[in-house]
Amino acid sequence: MAIRVEHEVHERRKGRNYGVGLILLGFIGIVFGLTVVKVIQLGDAGQFERFDHVARPQLIPQEEASE
Amino acid sequence: MSDFTATQTPQEASMGDYFALMKPRVMSLVVFTAMVGLLVAPIPVHPFIGFVAILCIAVGAGASGALNMWWDADIDARMKRTAGRPIPAGRVQPNEALGIGLALSGFSVVMLALAANFFAAFLLAFTIFFYAVIYSMWLKRATPQNIVIGGAAGAFPPMVGWAVATGGVSVESALMFALIFMWTPPHFWALALFVKSDYGNAGIPMLTETHGRDATRNHILIYTLLLVPVALGLAFTSIGGPVYLTVAALMNAWFLKGAFDIWRRDDAASDADKHRTEIRVFKISLYYLFAHFGALLAEAALRQYGLGGW
Repeated sequence: MAIRVEHEVHERRKGRNYGVGLILLGFIGIVFGLTVVKVIQLGDAGQFERFDHVARPQLIPQEEASE
Repeated sequence: MSDFTATQTPQEASMGDYFALMKPRVMSLVVFTAMVGLLVAPIPVHPFIGFVAILCIAVGAGASGALNMWWDADIDARMKRTAGRPIPAGRVQPNEALGIGLALSGFSVVMLALAANFFAAFLLAFTIFFYAVIYSMWLKRATPQNIVIGGAAGAFPPMVGWAVATGGVSVESALMFALIFMWTPPHFWALALFVKSDYGNAGIPMLTETHGRDATRNHILIYTLLLVPVALGLAFTSIGGPVYLTVAALMNAWFLKGAFDIWRRDDAASDADKHRTEIRVFKISLYYLFAHFGALLAEAALRQYGLGGW
């Protein structure tokens, strides 16, 4: 059975719901855009390593690595 | 039968009513002055970060407008000019305005901190606090100097814009603040002299009601005289230059003459020509602010080409 609008509130608040939808989409766009700009501004993407949780082989002392 | 009940307010609020809570006309001035503060700063800002920062400042200003409307709903309902606002008209519930004001305040401050820096975000938070708490809740109903001190809230945006770029304050940003701060009282009192207000009915101590219209005329002249050195002083900082100085000299002479014309008149003369001078000076005051900030922007643009500045 197809889902149908069955309450008049859906019609009455249509404008508001679309408005909130657009604002949320805009917010996503802003956060995404900021991320892109901030990453590009770093120049060297390698700087990101400071913040991640991935193992960094270059930090392991040579002796341990060779064992 | 539906499984939920939608509360129906007397009149359904539209998106436009929520937007009106944010005082869009005040927001336009905030956007313009904050943008100038950001663009004239010596450190360039990435256009997208600049755009987001201005948006945050605008939303922060809007949030403080919503908080102001929530707090002032009782007096707004008693004044003709404001009775049609969303809360007194019954289209938006007071608690909705409070919720929107608080949520947008938080969002704008946090987003500004993430997009720009913590100092700019702190200044924005302080601006919202100043307008919503110091001005709306405290000063507005307590003293006829309400708009003098409350004018500071409108003066912060260029300082926030400058802080977005530089991360701090400086003589330049303090003088931009002082320019709007000193400009607000003569601008607003010129308006108060020709608008038939019902502030008295609402119990707001406006200077025209508490000290009379002649005292207001004196105040306009005094504050305009104090404004002149601030406006001219800005010309000799790193963001000023010959273009700004020329514009400032002309605009200050014009505004000062207007303030003097108002000061020379009395109520009889004012009523006789339907407040022509007062209306003229109010319009001059609008040109005055836009011309000063426009000239600062022009200086910044000229500097890009090795011109402008001293």
